[in-house]
Amino acid sequence: MTDMWTDGNSLGGQLREVFCADLTAATGRCAGCGRTGQLAEGRAFDHAAGVVLRCPGCGQPLLRMVRGPGRTWLDLRGLEYIEIASPG
Amino acid sequence: MARAAVLGRLSWLVARLADIRDETATARTLILEVPGWPGHLPGQHIDVRLTAEDGYSTQRSYSIASAPAGSRLELTIQLLDDGEVSPYLAQVLSRGDPLELRGPVGGYFVWHPADPAPVLLIGGGSGVVPLMAMVRTRIASGSQAPMRLIYSTRSRDTLLYAAELERIAAGGSGLSVDVVYTRSAPPGTGGRTGRLDGDRLAALAGPQDAGVACFVCGPTGFVESIADLLTSRGMDPRQVRTERFGPSGGN
Amino acid sequence: MGIVSPGFSGRRRSKANLPPGQYLVHDFPVLSAGPTPRAGLDGWEFRITTESGRVHAWDWAAFRALPAEDITVDLHCVTKWSKLGTSWRGVSLDTLMDGVETSAGFALARAVGDYTANLPLADLLDGKAWIAFRYDGADLPAEHGGPARLLVPHLYLWKSAKWVRGVELLDHDEPGFWESLGYHNYGDPWREQRYWGD
Repeated sequence: MTDMWTDGNSLGGQLREVFCADLTAATGRCAGCGRTGQLAEGRAFDHAAGVVLRCPGCGQPLLRMVRGPGRTWLDLRGLEYIEIASPG
Repeated sequence: MARAAVLGRLSWLVARLADIRDETATARTLILEVPGWPGHLPGQHIDVRLTAEDGYSTQRSYSIASAPAGSRLELTIQLLDDGEVSPYLAQVLSRGDPLELRGPVGGYFVWHPADPAPVLLIGGGSGVVPLMAMVRTRIASGSQAPMRLIYSTRSRDTLLYAAELERIAAGGSGLSVDVVYTRSAPPGTGGRTGRLDGDRLAALAGPQDAGVACFVCGPTGFVESIADLLTSRGMDPRQVRTERFGPSGGN
Repeated sequence: MGIVSPGFSGRRRSKANLPPGQYLVHDFPVLSAGPTPRAGLDGWEFRITTESGRVHAWDWAAFRALPAEDITVDLHCVTKWSKLGTSWRGVSLDTLMDGVETSAGFALARAVGDYTANLPLADLLDGKAWIAFRYDGADLPAEHGGPARLLVPHLYLWKSAKWVRGVELLDHDEPGFWESLGYHNYGDPWREQRYWGD
């Protein structure tokens, strides 16, 4: 039986509701194993009480997100940094 | 190289269904008019939100099927037996009805028409939809980037965009199309069936250019196996961009 | 709220006698924050660790040798679906806690991987919680938490940790996986305690 994950591409819309940036194309470094890659390559577990984007290498959460009415909680501790391209 | 990705917050837009095009017995393309549509790149998707009268609502993502064309967007919806949203979009939504959507979303799985690098597109089932947007954009933009589409589907009955793909395949000009039938092949195609395996992929994909940009899309299992085949044949994983639709390919 | 989609009703549901904001479902949705563990029963262990560090552990054979009970309960998920009259077989936490010396007030359920859920110890006792290993007449499937999961039906279902491996008894409350990111620390569906501040 296949697990219910898609890749990080599918979180683009939800993340765009919070950030004025396309995080799926951003590069990040996993705080667990040090792997760097684009967030679109992560494993998105979106059928849960919240969203968990896991490192495709070590499986640790890169980011977690909970959408409540009128507010969103984010845990980005799983990312040592995120690099987002900016114009100019 | 990362491209500029600082954008405004996404908000929900109300589109109207302008027209419908049946693709197969169980799939149809919705042609939507979206006032305020900011434009998009092929490969991007939108999120659709449906709300029932009692306030219950649910969302799904759909790849944009069309090349950029002002405020017009096309989505191709495959009806899934146990789907919650696809039966509504594939059978109930009628011309003139509103549809809430937001987008475009996605800066990773996109093809830029100004990019001259050769492109290899490999799609399984409804994974062909964002790749078709890339094909259509290449044609509309006049790009001369060599582009090859390999599309794996069960049979002629499940083949999306059949007539258009036939025209494109006959047209040449640096754009080639190969359909792989996994279950039953129509007459005249040599009758060969079976999954897209390493040998078939090698034969269809041709020589691997060092600079080729590869996009693979479809159900998770399909994407995983194709990505493995490509990298085991020596393709640099960074050349391969993937979009997985989940175990069943969506709902 | 979004605009109403003409002719859309979603999966069959009705109001019935449900906690506020819930709707009734007849299937059993699978929700998971991570990959489904596939480990077999060989290395399976359930541990209760007290606040003083004392460990009580059961392997699968010892666990299955404990008296178990059949129960029928309603499930309420914070994502708004409720499924009524579900049948389970499990070992009551009262049975597992029998003989465990503790003065702890809090518990933290731990599952395979990184999932945890916290609740007052009192909410695990007096017939309110089980380690369930059968659902609807069959072995609990992996996608629903098999071989064994925690089942605490009076709280939202995220507290009922799937693939449970133990419970830590603590002197202090330690918010779990979702409780540390916006979900209500207690989670009573009848008071609609979904998020912080509810």
